[in-house]
Amino acid sequence: MIPEIGHYALVLALFLALVQSVIPLVGAARGDAAWMDVAKPAAIGQFAMILVSFLALTYAFVVSDFSVLNVVQNSHSMKPMLYKVAGVWGNHEGSMVLWVLILAMFGAAVALFGSNLPPTLRARVLSVQAMIGVGFLLFIIATSNPFIRVDPAPLNGTDLNPLLQDPGLAFHPPFLYFGYVGFSMAFSFAVAALIEGRIDPAWARWVRPWTLAAWSGLTLGIALGSWWAYYELGWGGWWFWDPVENASFMPWLAGTALLHSAIVVEKRDALKSWTVLLAILTFVLSLIGTFLVRSGVLTSVHAFAVDPARGVFILLLLSVATIGALLLYAIRAPSMKMGGLFAPISREGALVLNNLLLSTATATVFLGTLYPLFLDAIDAGKVSVGPPFFNSTFIPLMVPLIAAMSVGPLMAWKRADLAGALSRLKFAAVLTVICVLGALYMYQGGPVLALLGVAMAAWAFFGALAEFADRIRLFRAPLGESLRRAGGLPRSAWGMTIAHAGMGIAIAGMTGSAAWMTERIQLMRPGDTTQIAGYELRFDEVHERSVANYQAKTSTFTVSRDGKFVATLHPEERWFPVARMSTTEAAIRTNFVSDLYVVLGQEQQGTGAYATRLYHHPLVPWIWIGCVVMVVGGCVSLSDRRFRIGVPEKKRNRQPVPLPAE
Amino acid sequence: MRRLIFILPLVLFAVLAGYFALGLTRDPSVVPSALIDKPVPEFTLPPLLKDGEGLASADLKGKVQLVNVFASWCVPCRIEHPVLMRLAKEQGITVKAINYKDKPEDAVRWLNQGGNPYSAIGADQDGRVSINWGVYGVPETYVIDAQGRIRYKVVGPVMPDEVERHILPLIKELQG
Repeated sequence: MIPEIGHYALVLALFLALVQSVIPLVGAARGDAAWMDVAKPAAIGQFAMILVSFLALTYAFVVSDFSVLNVVQNSHSMKPMLYKVAGVWGNHEGSMVLWVLILAMFGAAVALFGSNLPPTLRARVLSVQAMIGVGFLLFIIATSNPFIRVDPAPLNGTDLNPLLQDPGLAFHPPFLYFGYVGFSMAFSFAVAALIEGRIDPAWARWVRPWTLAAWSGLTLGIALGSWWAYYELGWGGWWFWDPVENASFMPWLAGTALLHSAIVVEKRDALKSWTVLLAILTFVLSLIGTFLVRSGVLTSVHAFAVDPARGVFILLLLSVATIGALLLYAIRAPSMKMGGLFAPISREGALVLNNLLLSTATATVFLGTLYPLFLDAIDAGKVSVGPPFFNSTFIPLMVPLIAAMSVGPLMAWKRADLAGALSRLKFAAVLTVICVLGALYMYQGGPVLALLGVAMAAWAFFGALAEFADRIRLFRAPLGESLRRAGGLPRSAWGMTIAHAGMGIAIAGMTGSAAWMTERIQLMRPGDTTQIAGYELRFDEVHERSVANYQAKTSTFTVSRDGKFVATLHPEERWFPVARMSTTEAAIRTNFVSDLYVVLGQEQQGTGAYATRLYHHPLVPWIWIGCVVMVVGGCVSLSDRRFRIGVPEKKRNRQPVPLPAE
Repeated sequence: MRRLIFILPLVLFAVLAGYFALGLTRDPSVVPSALIDKPVPEFTLPPLLKDGEGLASADLKGKVQLVNVFASWCVPCRIEHPVLMRLAKEQGITVKAINYKDKPEDAVRWLNQGGNPYSAIGADQDGRVSINWGVYGVPETYVIDAQGRIRYKVVGPVMPDEVERHILPLIKELQG
């Protein structure tokens, strides 16, 4: 019964979305307030119906209802509760329901909190948002129904892929989709503005918070995914330039560019047509990512089960959305007025440079990801593009980006004094040199690229702090005065400093793990000791245990340093009999500056010896600490008061208040 | 003239969508090999491991065996690795390998980490031999019969499902 309710609610949501996509749009064209107002209840109702559907599916997983095919294929009665729930979005059908749930959630949020938007813009935004919803609800109902029953119901399920049974991955998709799908808001706002034919600073102010929220979610989602790859795959790597990773990274790069170009629209009324295009492309890249992951055109370790009908359907959705938006863009954008002029050396100029580099980086990742597909499509053979391509093209683009990142915020709008901005960064420059020298001293040289990485990290971090110190006149005014100034700074200024500093921290982590990782691989018998990076590890024992839905070989390692006890670690190998797969669970000891990473390999037959792998990863935790700091920066900026009250409100009050239709 | 710039994104996307549509008509994981049922191409590769065996076309005659093309930089190879280990150690199937465009030290380290399922590994550093095999990307796995002919090919990681449904039955059949 419950699954049928879920199915029914999904169909209802489709009808509400249809209403929401047509009526408000017509209302906005005719200036009919009553028709426009349909958008609000429709958006909230659509969200409520999808929520019912999502909860129904979750219920089927929680109670292990094996008369539902999706539950049979992705769950098992012995699975821990967390992964029963995570199993809802650990498969194609369920994850699509989560996808539309988040889409409708953003729509409902605009309906509820968008009262400061001009009514026609709000109606059009909600209408466009509903059109996307119609497409994806149709997709689910027609090709990916998660509520299909099986009769007779099997006694038990076939289990979720064991690699996915992990806390990091349980929360990875919701955040990732929050980001992916959140960019639909930027898209809807862009299309609505193109229909309205008007883009002004107020528009950018409305778009920014949604983009910022989506960007923060995506950052966290990508960070969780790479963290998972780091500790679960057992190789100590954290980014593989896999097509599916790239699929989430491209919208992130484009979204980052969008965040920055929207500032120019907001403050200076310039770069308007570019920003609109970027808003469209960011979401299109999210859709392309969805297409790549679910259509099977590329092979990847993450890809979902593949069905050609789904691929055709998503391609159609992608094409309709993109061609519609870009056609509108081709018609309307040329007539947009050019905004404020600026000299190349200016805050605007710096943000243009940011956009150029980020877009080029996006294009690079795009080409690298799709090159195999392009070649295949013209019968030029099949190839795979590996990390060397990405490393050699991506890093050179990031170097100028980071170099400019610290300088840009110190430049004035319209026309800036580059020498003046640089002179205010002299302390940051000195600290950067000290960091590089420190790295040189500690690691006796090391690869040149690593020193460049350290320089970039320090420059980004101290540059962000220097800009902040400059703003609050730290050390130049009395401390009390500086603190008062800091308190008076807008939250968005705080957010930028935090996010830029977080970027610096993350770069330090990436550099450290790429350049100074040490590893040790050997055969060990219980009782053996080995050393790595100044730590001494004793392999104490291995014992077998049976847990929930897997059997584990758990080992114990005692870690000491200079004869003093540091920790005990328990790396294990898990065997999932139902899924017939084994996973390695690395044991990681972190002190937040470096990780000690131990993996128990397979036993060498008959010898009682185990292949063990030890890694020392300096600075690697900073990758994720940096990402979290960036997300905190995004959230702080989101709480800026101008997004809540501020100028749009005042502007609206000056306009005649639209009268209700009756 | 200025208008053209605004139409450009649309045109680019149309081209892209065309490619996607073409891409959908192909399955990247099941690539028909022109070499199916043909003898393996003539080749000789030096051994990857100092004390190990290399690989040459002559070595692939006389018994049913698998040839796996792998590289240490390839992520899907990590996924299939335990499957190959089990095939070699538990099912007693001979698995030989071509190490594709890899640094020897990386490949050796990789095998030390995850275990070595291969009885012989040829190092194909410039990828020339792999081209003759029709390798499109790593990993790929070939089933070779006792006459040294390629009988089956898996593109992408070998998954347990694939082993149960295709590879093991085929090997049993070929072994007669």
